[in-house]
Amino acid sequence: MIRFENVTKVYARGARPALDRVSLDVERGEFLFLVGASGSGKSTFLRLVLREERASAGRVWVAGKELGTLSSWKVPHMRRRIGAVFQDFRLLPNKTVFENVAFALQVIGKPRHHILTTVPDVLEMVGLAGKEKRRPHELSGGEQQRVAIARAFVNRPDILLADEPTGNLDPTTSLGIMRLLDRINRTGTTVVMATHDDEIVDQMRKRVVELDTGALVRDQSRGVYGSDR
Amino acid sequence: MRLRFIFSEIGIGLRRNLSMTISVILVTFVSLTFVGVASLLQTQIGKMKDDWYGKVEVAAYLCPTHSTAPTCAGGEVTPDQEAKIKAALQQPEVAPYIQQIYFESKQQAYASFEKRFKGDFMASLATVDDMQASYRIKLVDPTKYQVVADVLSGVQGVEQVQDQRQLFDRMFLIMDRATLLSGGLAAVMLLAAILLITTTIRLSALSRRRETGIMRLVGASNLFIELPFMLEGAIAATIGAALAVGALWAGVKYLVVDWLGSSVQWIPYVTTADLTRVAPVLVIIGILLATISSVVTLNRYTRV
Repeated sequence: MIRFENVTKVYARGARPALDRVSLDVERGEFLFLVGASGSGKSTFLRLVLREERASAGRVWVAGKELGTLSSWKVPHMRRRIGAVFQDFRLLPNKTVFENVAFALQVIGKPRHHILTTVPDVLEMVGLAGKEKRRPHELSGGEQQRVAIARAFVNRPDILLADEPTGNLDPTTSLGIMRLLDRINRTGTTVVMATHDDEIVDQMRKRVVELDTGALVRDQSRGVYGSDR
Repeated sequence: MRLRFIFSEIGIGLRRNLSMTISVILVTFVSLTFVGVASLLQTQIGKMKDDWYGKVEVAAYLCPTHSTAPTCAGGEVTPDQEAKIKAALQQPEVAPYIQQIYFESKQQAYASFEKRFKGDFMASLATVDDMQASYRIKLVDPTKYQVVADVLSGVQGVEQVQDQRQLFDRMFLIMDRATLLSGGLAAVMLLAAILLITTTIRLSALSRRRETGIMRLVGASNLFIELPFMLEGAIAATIGAALAVGALWAGVKYLVVDWLGSSVQWIPYVTTADLTRVAPVLVIIGILLATISSVVTLNRYTRV
């Protein structure tokens, strides 16, 4: 599903590379934790998958497409197969829960009847049934992240990228979010989650990839957060 | 769905930046009005040339009794000289350029003078001998004045050759200068309009960064993201163009046709019909203005 081949990313000429010759294969339906200290290259990895950045060297494949040769007008279509959630939720404050999720479908031109049937389904799935008319500021952090996940998942993407989705949440709420991501993973969606949260990684026992100053230092199936444990 | 969504986005954008939208409308309004004035002035010049050049003549004034011109050394023009002048005009090299020649005698000149200044005290002092006989030459092409002037200049008995077109040309020159002035102002205002539209779209794009960020993230196409901004600019510019057309229409109708047309009647004026030719051009310029500046801006601010 995602394939990195000797990928290097240098932001500024002469600077230390954010990613340094990383090679990695993520299969369809896999759940992968991306761990490492701040600045280790986790976010750069996700940005490369979304093609918000282009690799300086090496090749990136996402859903069968080589992103280096993908023309820029095809990028939006590629992104429709990827959902993304972030630590800061990125919801639209002046739209309701329903409108926030529907927005993702509206802007890719989905018909109205499709939106009216799909959005309630996905809101029910993330556990927000009955809160469709609330606005983001009326919700708890965990609920806001659920809205964000619903928005990322409403178009049934092949890949879900999560950049520290539990970074702003307390442990109990985080656990709920992880259950949700696990459920999404079980529907066959590949999930890549960058995180600092050792407890969660240790509990889930999924594949763990560790980055250190841009280099891939560990790739372990059913791994834990710290390699020394 | 798509259309309704895009239009609601445009509505939000226009309302959010209402004061900027109004300033875009006003600047395009003023700039396109100048463009329209320049173009109508040129139309007016064209009309007057069409009308007047058909009527103008070259006048060869013959020597009166007391003249200081060197070709009039022999005093008043003699019948012999008159015949020579006529013969010169009938030469084969000149004849093809001339449509018609007629002779205005002193008596005829006096008659038309009297008619024109009837009741004027100064005019009543003039006599037949104060008048000047002349050949009136109507040219096939009024711009070929020089051909006739070359033939008649220096000929004994001709005091002066006058191209009536020169009288109009001064007026046309004034109008041409006015065209240049309003064209220059139009250019400056158009530049201001482009900069203002650019700034407005940039502000609009910045204030909706959150939305466009999410749109990009979920895979909305570039066109879909940029279209509301482009249409916002285009709508404001179109309203400005419509105002400019309205102002020009009012100007032509009330100022030129109704007011000037009734007070100075011998000039063929531009009409509102001429405006219908100019109006679409103004609207197109307005839309192009907005589209070009928005494409340039958006490429920089909402890029993938």
